[in-house]
Amino acid sequence: MSEIDPITLAVLAGRMEQIADEMDATLFRAAFNPIIAEAHDASHGLYHAVTGDTLVQGKSGLPIFVGVMAFAVKAVIDKAAANGDLADGDIYIFNDAHLGGTHLSDMRLVRPYFHNGELFCYLASVGHWHDVGGAVPGNYNPSATDAFQEAFVLPPVRIARAGVIQQDVIDILMRNTRLPQSAQGDLNGQLGALDLGVKRLDALLDEYGAETVAAALDALGHRAEALMRSELEGLPDGRWEAEDFLDNDGITDMPLPIRVALEITGDRMVLDFEGTAPVTAGPVNIALPTAVATAYVAIKHIFPALPANAGVMRPIEVRVPDGSLLSAEFPAPVGGYTETILRMIDVMFSAMAQAAPERVVANAYGTINALSIAGKRANGAPWVMFSFFGGGHGGSIESDGLNHGNAPISTATIPPLEILEAAYPVMFKEWSLRPDSAGAGAHRGGLGAVYEIELLEESARAFLFGERGRFAPKGIAGGGDGAMNHFEYQQDDGWHAPPMSSKMLGMALRRGQSVRLETPGGGGYGPASERDPKAVARDVALGFLSEDNATALYGPAWQGVAP
Amino acid sequence: MSKMVGVDVGGTFTDVFVLDEATGQARVAKVPTTRPDQSGGFLNGIGQQIDDLAGIAVVVHGTTAGTNALLERKGARVGVITTQGLSDVLEMRRRDRPRTWGLRGDFEPVVPRDRRLEVPERVLADGTIRVAVDLDAVRDAARRLIDLGCAAVAVLFANAYANPENERAAVEAVRAIWPNDHVAASSEILPEIREFERFSTTALNAYLQPEVAGYLDRLETALKGGGFTGEFMIVQSNGGVMGVETACRLPVRTALSGPAAGVIAAGYIAQTAGFADVITGDVGGTSFDVSLVANGQSMLAAQTSIDFGMVVRTPMIEIATIGAGGGSIAWVDKGGLLNIGPESAGSDPGPVAYGRGNDRPTVTDANVVLGRIDPESPIGGTLERLDVEAARAAIDTHVGTPLGLDTMAAAEAILTVANSRMAGAIRLVSIERGFDPKRFSYMPFGGGGALHAGAILADVGLARAIVPRFPGVTSAMGCVIADMRQDFVQTLNVMADQVDETALAAVMQTHADEGLAMLDAAQSRFEARDIRFELDMAYVGQTHTVAVPLPVAVTEGRVTPPTRAQIAEAFDLAYHATYGRLLQNGTRRVMNLRSAVIGRRPKFDLSALAPDPGGSMQSAFKTQREVHFGDRWHKTAIYDRLSLPVGAIVQGPAILEQLDTTILIEPDLQGTVDPYGNVIIERRI
Repeated sequence: MSEIDPITLAVLAGRMEQIADEMDATLFRAAFNPIIAEAHDASHGLYHAVTGDTLVQGKSGLPIFVGVMAFAVKAVIDKAAANGDLADGDIYIFNDAHLGGTHLSDMRLVRPYFHNGELFCYLASVGHWHDVGGAVPGNYNPSATDAFQEAFVLPPVRIARAGVIQQDVIDILMRNTRLPQSAQGDLNGQLGALDLGVKRLDALLDEYGAETVAAALDALGHRAEALMRSELEGLPDGRWEAEDFLDNDGITDMPLPIRVALEITGDRMVLDFEGTAPVTAGPVNIALPTAVATAYVAIKHIFPALPANAGVMRPIEVRVPDGSLLSAEFPAPVGGYTETILRMIDVMFSAMAQAAPERVVANAYGTINALSIAGKRANGAPWVMFSFFGGGHGGSIESDGLNHGNAPISTATIPPLEILEAAYPVMFKEWSLRPDSAGAGAHRGGLGAVYEIELLEESARAFLFGERGRFAPKGIAGGGDGAMNHFEYQQDDGWHAPPMSSKMLGMALRRGQSVRLETPGGGGYGPASERDPKAVARDVALGFLSEDNATALYGPAWQGVAP
Repeated sequence: MSKMVGVDVGGTFTDVFVLDEATGQARVAKVPTTRPDQSGGFLNGIGQQIDDLAGIAVVVHGTTAGTNALLERKGARVGVITTQGLSDVLEMRRRDRPRTWGLRGDFEPVVPRDRRLEVPERVLADGTIRVAVDLDAVRDAARRLIDLGCAAVAVLFANAYANPENERAAVEAVRAIWPNDHVAASSEILPEIREFERFSTTALNAYLQPEVAGYLDRLETALKGGGFTGEFMIVQSNGGVMGVETACRLPVRTALSGPAAGVIAAGYIAQTAGFADVITGDVGGTSFDVSLVANGQSMLAAQTSIDFGMVVRTPMIEIATIGAGGGSIAWVDKGGLLNIGPESAGSDPGPVAYGRGNDRPTVTDANVVLGRIDPESPIGGTLERLDVEAARAAIDTHVGTPLGLDTMAAAEAILTVANSRMAGAIRLVSIERGFDPKRFSYMPFGGGGALHAGAILADVGLARAIVPRFPGVTSAMGCVIADMRQDFVQTLNVMADQVDETALAAVMQTHADEGLAMLDAAQSRFEARDIRFELDMAYVGQTHTVAVPLPVAVTEGRVTPPTRAQIAEAFDLAYHATYGRLLQNGTRRVMNLRSAVIGRRPKFDLSALAPDPGGSMQSAFKTQREVHFGDRWHKTAIYDRLSLPVGAIVQGPAILEQLDTTILIEPDLQGTVDPYGNVIIERRI
């Protein structure tokens, strides 16, 4: 491999990152379903020809995909090796989450890129399809006990062979979704993104030569690794542990521990999840690729300047015990993977906070609260309102946590309530910040939210997949915990909370009855005693903090202080 | 009364462009912007070119007063009266975060929670009034906000786009007791679905109203005091102008006033020069702003975020920004990779060569070290000379040494990476809009744009760059060119096959009437009047709408309404053009009606800008200087740009200098002066 000059390297780094960005833009523009088009639940990148390692990844896709795509590519590399006939113009497609990570809604397309007849790298595209069969429309099934109840499972197969689209495969796919138009639109968009990637790589390699580009990719990997090592060297050596719990798996009401030991030695780090709960019957398991990718997400949040390149992970060893819910084997259900990886991120932040609190933010609200309300209109037409809800972010050395933010694994925004009210027979009686939900601290956490939703039709059923109903988001560096998730629904005899706290299947509602979701606030940063009394007085004046809580958490110093 | 004056007030300079319609003569002036009151620089700039304000027919102003007030959070003390249960909408945003990675940062809305008061009222999505507004509660809230010292108030009710009755009643009650004019309801400002965007736009409008109205009032008074009897107009973010009264009522529409005028001018200049497809690039101190004009039409975006959580939804010329300007700092990261920005030295302290205390090298420092900027006569005129040695030392320390490069190679490296990032922004903007960038010409403007044009041509594969006659005052020129324009929106949210044709026609007629009345009230003469109607439409289940132009005739101000069949047909046409296919059995939905009423102002003849016939290459030649390109110094001819005659062909390497701009023609390129005084840079034949 030839040595590459620093100028060409800097230019090529930008050019290749842009190829991935342009692939993102191509799919966002073409995708039919709003989960991709609006929430950007998709990702694209360039991957190593032999190992599948991430070489370059687009900036606009969902954070969790930054780590997980390499596993999807590796799965295809292995499958193609078994087939023994990889050809230019082949495109593999699959959604098997145990091979490719995340969940079955994510359809992955992987295409080998050949230059002058030689395999140079892989291009891949992942996007969250609207529906992939299974027991529940939209594939969020809180009672699934295996993958088959969650969705149609497709292993890596060729949707194109040597440039020829295999209509048979498309026909199978389209017969296994409730929304074939949407699926076809997304598929076309993903194929278009891969085509664009090939075109742009052709131009780049023709201009600079395959050898130079390969040298640049190699150098970028080394530099990413060097960056990570220099970051780790700046941290103290030692071993720090943290644990937290999932409320339950939705089937048995038993807390599930997630544990990590974070060990830094010089320029290396080990993340050991020994002691984490075993595989569960309910869908809060994740596959090993998801676990490794989640470690990557946490690290990128701690060191935001690091590039999206596998080199970053070379100095880091992720140990996941066999048989744990972090390394579930097929066909264990994984549909609720978001809750589990949010908790993994929380424990990694809590452990790192003991080593270097200034590098970390306190725990965010830690649950996506997938709430759906479904019923039939007077004319018999079915409707399903499905959305995720926000909560508070953690405080940091810089500032208080953000009120009502999105989950660390996502960048998706929430639809406006007017859009929801226009589309579904519901009315939001409340859509507000939740007082007294922030974790106390020198910099307090962000506030969670309150959503109270009234049913305007005759009857409907409500489903919830949430967490943090029994264990609060934690503060760091002496900061306090945020408020826990709290969900209630109205019946003829008054308000009730579900037995599984934040998980509920098909609760019947009648016209005029409401559900009320109060989401967690973020954890605080630093001791509450170090908070500026003016800031406490201001929170009281704004109604973010009750007077009683202000004095209980921060002492009497704020009283009489002008905000 | 034959003079038209365009004034663009930027962060550093106030630019003035004067066109005498009688003589066809154009003149420019550039003076320092005055702060905090920009009216001083404004009047000084006009005064440099015109003695008697009575001779001015029209003054058109591109202003950053609104933008600055938003960015610096220096708007008025505002109160909000809103629907019970929903007072936190402004603070909760759309559940986003400032940056993808890092999870840091918080957000303060411009109206804090203790000034957002709830009242009993509720309208449902179908327009049904479920709870009539409690006007006593509204009056109590208004009095409380007055007591809290609020200078403006916004009434923000849920679903007011579907039925504004509750808002109307509330705002009427507030106006009866509010001490000034700064009262608005969300349905008056933006009757469009999506409460956060509507509330934010309305609240930010209220936040700007006292500030911007006061500023414009001071200007108008001063102009009139100087004998001005003409018309005073303001550029909107959509690239059209509006009367000063409208601007005082809707200051939020000025959020991108100045940059929008620049794009309008660029599009007109390029089209006149024979190139209807152009991408503009403005290299400022901290950023590179890209905009795309296809077939003479600039792209409009529906909304923008002025800052995190500060959303303004009003049609605006789409401008993409990356953090790579002249002041952007070059640095080598711990992995040994050279980066440009996003940190910037801005214009103060500015590049190292300015000698004002910054010691980290910027893009401008690289240009100075390579000899591309003349250190003895820096543009802008506020500095005596530039400190080349300090710039060299900074480049050595922060880039050369870590990368093992000598000074010149390090300076070249900084420009190579900066140019590559600018080229990348151009490619991405094109792709996102669905265009192949290769069919576009490139128009650099702003002071620094023309230094980077050659490199960007090569990188993106564009055919040519068009450097306008006065690239440093493009926005001021755009003020004189822009048409008068008023935009309207109304959410309909109805299936296409259930559109009430009569009701739709009534809304369209209202929009047309209001817009035409505005044109009638203006003193300007218009060559033509245009009314455009568009529907935002999508298939049911899809959230991204496509803009569907309606083929609607307006005769004598009367709108001929479209039929359902015409609407369906127009949607199919627009959808197919965007996505290349239609959906079998898809149900079409109409979300919004958007109307634009445009008064076409007479365009001035750009050949007025052509150089005087007397010039020659010899008279324009100033000197020779050593300039570094690639790996060596080249003897490079320096010309006075404005003295080059029409038809002059300058072979690279060459530098064309003018008061506020340096044009670099690289060794493999040539520049030709066209009949309008533009320099067309192309590959050497």
